[in-house]
Amino acid sequence: MKLFPAAPSDPSLGVILLVHSSLARAAQVARHWAESGCPLVIHVDKAVSAQEHAEFRRALAGLPDILFAPRLRCEWGKWSIVRATQAAAEIMLESFPEVRHVFLASGSCLPLRPLADLRAYLERRPQTDFIESANVEEVPWIVGGLGQERFTLRFPFAWKKQRRFFDAHVRLQRRLGYCRRIPEGIVPHIGSQWWCLTRRTLTAILEDPRRREYDRYFSRVWIPDESYFQTMARLHARRLESRSLTLAKFDHQGKPHMFYDDHLQLLIRSKCFVARKIWPKADLLYNTFLQTRESQPCPSEPNPNPIDKLFASARERRVRGRTGLYMQSRFPAPGRENGLTCAPYSVFEGFSDLFTDFETWLSRTTGARVHGHLFARHGAEFEGGQDVFAGGLSSSAAVRDRNPRLFLASLIWNMRGEHQAFQYGPDDSPEAGHLIAQDPNARISVITGAWAIPLFHSSLNFNVIRKIAALRQRAEAAHVDLLRSHATRARVRIWSLAEFMENSMENLQIIADTISPRAMRKLTEAPRLANLAGFGKFLQDLKNHGMHPYMMGNFPPDNIQPIRLRPSGARPRIMK
Amino acid sequence: MSKLLEAYRLRVRRKRKLLRAIRKRRELRSVADRTREIRPGDILCFTTLRNERIRLSYFLRYYRDLGVDHFLMIDNASDDGSREFLAEQPDVSLWTTPHSYKRSDFGTDWINGLLRRHAHGHWALVVDVDEFLVYPFCDTRPLGALVDWLDASSMRSFGAMLLDMYPKGPIDAVPYRAGQDPFEIASWFDSGNYMLEKNPVYRNLWIQGGPRMRAFFGDNPERAPALNKIPLVKWHRGNAFVESTHMLLPRGLNLVYDQWGGERISGCLLHAKFLDTFREKAREELNRRQHYANSHEYRAYHERLSKDSNLWNQWSEKYINWRQLEVLGLMSKGNWA
Repeated sequence: MKLFPAAPSDPSLGVILLVHSSLARAAQVARHWAESGCPLVIHVDKAVSAQEHAEFRRALAGLPDILFAPRLRCEWGKWSIVRATQAAAEIMLESFPEVRHVFLASGSCLPLRPLADLRAYLERRPQTDFIESANVEEVPWIVGGLGQERFTLRFPFAWKKQRRFFDAHVRLQRRLGYCRRIPEGIVPHIGSQWWCLTRRTLTAILEDPRRREYDRYFSRVWIPDESYFQTMARLHARRLESRSLTLAKFDHQGKPHMFYDDHLQLLIRSKCFVARKIWPKADLLYNTFLQTRESQPCPSEPNPNPIDKLFASARERRVRGRTGLYMQSRFPAPGRENGLTCAPYSVFEGFSDLFTDFETWLSRTTGARVHGHLFARHGAEFEGGQDVFAGGLSSSAAVRDRNPRLFLASLIWNMRGEHQAFQYGPDDSPEAGHLIAQDPNARISVITGAWAIPLFHSSLNFNVIRKIAALRQRAEAAHVDLLRSHATRARVRIWSLAEFMENSMENLQIIADTISPRAMRKLTEAPRLANLAGFGKFLQDLKNHGMHPYMMGNFPPDNIQPIRLRPSGARPRIMK
Repeated sequence: MSKLLEAYRLRVRRKRKLLRAIRKRRELRSVADRTREIRPGDILCFTTLRNERIRLSYFLRYYRDLGVDHFLMIDNASDDGSREFLAEQPDVSLWTTPHSYKRSDFGTDWINGLLRRHAHGHWALVVDVDEFLVYPFCDTRPLGALVDWLDASSMRSFGAMLLDMYPKGPIDAVPYRAGQDPFEIASWFDSGNYMLEKNPVYRNLWIQGGPRMRAFFGDNPERAPALNKIPLVKWHRGNAFVESTHMLLPRGLNLVYDQWGGERISGCLLHAKFLDTFREKAREELNRRQHYANSHEYRAYHERLSKDSNLWNQWSEKYINWRQLEVLGLMSKGNWA
């Protein structure tokens, strides 16, 4: 139970409270300020019903030093809110001569630290005005695209309720080149609506000989509550600290962030004096912070950094999203993905034809997850021949082909943190070939013509072989053309079979290094080469039958194998 | 021009849907009408059910704890005591109907009728008794915080994908007891096998995948059930659900996703369908033929489940909390922090 009065009365800090909703909470907060000894001037929006207003007044009955400003109807972004503040400030200055600093707060602001801390803080800076005030031409934070134009256009329509008219009217003025004259001697500044000014500055603003002119001008500026005092303070302040003592964060649409019970620790650690907005039903926050804590005054500076970080990451999530993720609330239109997949992956074409144990070798040397032909026509060949893979991906061809793009994106997303590699070849779905070519995350290594090796080993009828070879060659030629075209965004390396074999160990080393660049270890073991004895003759046979295989490069028909390769079945040769 | 025509056609469709809803309201007979207790700003929950007595206590408890203020429920000829149980609940208004579920567009018409009469100006949550809403921060912030935030962000609808949950082992190995949290048994799900497609007319996303697509529809995935849902809507009397809660008219309500690379806020509806109660249900529904497309879905279930009823595999993910679903990318906080 709180004993009244809880704190010794020290009327050096006066508070103007603007109240328009959640009146029960506002009354609680007002009581807290008052019981801590702050003189209060409260403005209650005229839109508040008579009954609610009466209840609010009743809740504050009996508290000392509370005055009420004449009620105006305040509309968002309009002058009336500044007018109400001015009137309240005049009452404050006149009725409470001991007040040295005036703090502007709203009913949904919540003091986080004992007011003695705030008073002590201000006492140490008796001449300082705390008001965020930035030259409008030099800051990029304005939401909605209206910066300087807030001060030079006219805004007869309400932004929230008459958005279409508002926008059309702005466009019209731009087209006509309309421009209001800014009164001489002032430089438009904007900043947080919540300030804390010294009596001297506030008096000077309110008693400025040109105030009528300024008021007339600002009454037609858009959102003057973010610019009137911010601009005027520049004229009159002696020592202006351009920051607000109220922690108030806005999202990418300019809407204030809310604080909830789960922010409690964050708010305590922030050491900010006042925070807004608090969700009215955040009981834990209200109960915690409205207890009068008779603690030792704590001189620490406010540090809103962790809170800034939290909200910055929320903004990032909302605006950029997680690259490579497609889900129910992130479904970017083509070209808007910020990356098709979430991580680099490798595609190998021809390698598993040339080397009999390429997949196991690759996963052993690089630690990557190595799949077979993910886009094989009969279904996805996941690592180890699994029917279901990470995330529940099905190997069924029908399911995969329902949306190959998402299938691939999901696979990479589900296994983020582990490098994925898979095989691709001329028998696989050509659509997948397009997919990987477009993706900057794809590292595609191709040995062209290697598809002939399994044909060479097959026992099929030669005519069938000839036909298959023709089909594969055509498909591969088209795919390689695509990979070489300027539209391809993937990183591509292409060898013909003959080229690759000239220097196979070094080429394998390059591949291993791209998958695990930090390891950079010398390969100690080579994959097992398929038996190529007679391969040159096989190619010549195809030629003799009119089917000219050219993708593999030059293989002399007299069966000379490139010398640096070990024959099949021999022990792996260790390169220098 | 064709765009205008399309917009006009959708408008006609919406009006017709609303007329149907009003006509079908006559099929409902009030059992317990407590709608006078609904106060402005209350969050309302709408549900159609049939013979779900065993699930009801946990369902009501779950949503009461989240902050639903009033339940408006339609009983489709239950004979297991569901009606009597619900009629006694102080925060439930109940209607009953013996008419055809199928011919009321799988309950959509009935629900639309109740929504139009009782939900105007309220946030309305439309869920089945086996669907449990999970949204960002649901362990620390009540539903009221979410809808207040949606209001402040000028958002009128909230998407929550259906996430099919299943047990490890045969689905009927562990019997479900009344009042029990179904996810103590069915605590597993598929984390990353969902296919999305945009519906060009209604502009909603069509989502398929999960264990049902993998296990039951591997050969014809296009018939797999839709998982996209928009269960929470700031209701206006001109709104209408079109196909269950998969999509709405006016179609602007279906834009619960971002198309510029960012993420909007979204949740999940944990689906407690695959419990021991399922086999019985599947048989019953197969006989009644009251479900979508001649209950082909239930036929597929029946076929597969009579062989092997284990949906679990080594890649299944065990449910922990909403943060896990967020990290996995099944739902998003958007810019709520």
